[in-house]
Amino acid sequence: MRFYEYESKALFRRHGMPLPKSGLAREAADARRIASEIGGPVVLKSQVLSGGRMKAGAVRFAETPDQAAAHYEAIVPIVVNGQRCRAVLVEEKKGIAQEYFAAITWDGRRKCPVLVFSDMGGIDVEEVAEKHPEHVSKTHFSSLFPITPRIAKEAIGATGVTGDALNRLTPIVFELMRVFLAYDLTLAEINPLARLEDGRFVVLDGHIDMEAEARGKHKPLLAELAIAPEETRQAREATPFEIRGAEINAQDHRGVAGNVVGFDGDLGLVIGAGGGSLTLFDAVRKHGGRPANYCEIGGNPSVNKAKELTKLILSKPGVRKIAVMMNVVSNTRVDIVARGVIKGCIEAGKKPSEVIAIFRIPGAWEGEGFKILRKYGVDYCDRSVSMYEAAGKAVAKMRA
Amino acid sequence: MAGLFIDVQVDASVAKDPALTKKLVEVCPVNIFAANDDGSVRIVEANLDECTLCDLCVRAAPPGTVRILKLYE
Repeated sequence: MRFYEYESKALFRRHGMPLPKSGLAREAADARRIASEIGGPVVLKSQVLSGGRMKAGAVRFAETPDQAAAHYEAIVPIVVNGQRCRAVLVEEKKGIAQEYFAAITWDGRRKCPVLVFSDMGGIDVEEVAEKHPEHVSKTHFSSLFPITPRIAKEAIGATGVTGDALNRLTPIVFELMRVFLAYDLTLAEINPLARLEDGRFVVLDGHIDMEAEARGKHKPLLAELAIAPEETRQAREATPFEIRGAEINAQDHRGVAGNVVGFDGDLGLVIGAGGGSLTLFDAVRKHGGRPANYCEIGGNPSVNKAKELTKLILSKPGVRKIAVMMNVVSNTRVDIVARGVIKGCIEAGKKPSEVIAIFRIPGAWEGEGFKILRKYGVDYCDRSVSMYEAAGKAVAKMRA
Repeated sequence: MAGLFIDVQVDASVAKDPALTKKLVEVCPVNIFAANDDGSVRIVEANLDECTLCDLCVRAAPPGTVRILKLYE
């Protein structure tokens, strides 16, 4: 779940990071008052969960409080990448001598956090890494062992930063590492981290992404930041289809079934969680299929949960058939999923043999599962058919 | 609604025994059994298809008095 910039900064402030003077405006009068309190040039930034604010005209500079109020009125109606403005952050504008970039995220391959630091700012950091690799460092660290400022210092130093700048940057980057670990974040980014003309370092913008599953653990923080439980904070608003999926998942603690993302295709997917579901989704696309949704099912959901998920996917406009596919399962029972899916088809008024393009879940209790599928005439396969081949069969059925 | 895949049959002798009813309610992991006010057992039809075929109910009652039927065989 993403945080707005003002929320990220509230979290940074909690950790003593240096920030410009600022205030959140919810009406033009607020913008005028905050600009007046700051007493100098200010920058007004639309609070949206998206990049591209500057290009969209949702970031403006004002010299006077009246100008700030006028800019507020101009910024609020601007929709940035489908995101409406929640409020406007009014911040003191400072002369920047140099921009740095610091971000921490997870490296899935190394299975540990990675700190990326650049002394060339964060605009097109990937391009900077290609053209000037000596100015971008990537430093992995453990999420299990205690971390020390030395890790941050080495990461910064690796880009050629020395002396006073190195000493001043280290505690800021180290604190970012602590914030990342303390709040179960998937991204903690300062971009830009600026050295001002007066020599001070300040966090000019911040991005925070928290693991959605960690919401319960960090309830006090979320309450402090006034993030309501019903706010999904995804890149876009959840659709009714996705909200209903989440409701199905929440109604029963057993397993996972209902984490769905809607697409425009005609093949509904009831597919295995994690890597298996991603692989299967890609395989369907590779064969030229058009998924109607991405889905997660696993962890041994109840029959009722699998049934409700199936009904939901079949109810999605445009869905003609569903493909039920997972990798080999050990912690999910094939027969239980088969019961749920078949029941879902029947309750949706469809014939399982006609609407299930393929059922490919090999694993625990598959013998019982296959008996059920046979009885209802569903086309199924075992582990001798790869996930890729199964996806191909499903797509072929759609064309038949 | 009765189960589409599973049916459970309980002999009358067991169904009316409050002690056995209590045992069946306790052992079933998916709440297929419930107790009536008089202590007799009631089958919760909505949960029948959740049966995990664990046989705990079969083992909790005297042999042959609780039967799990797979309706897909």
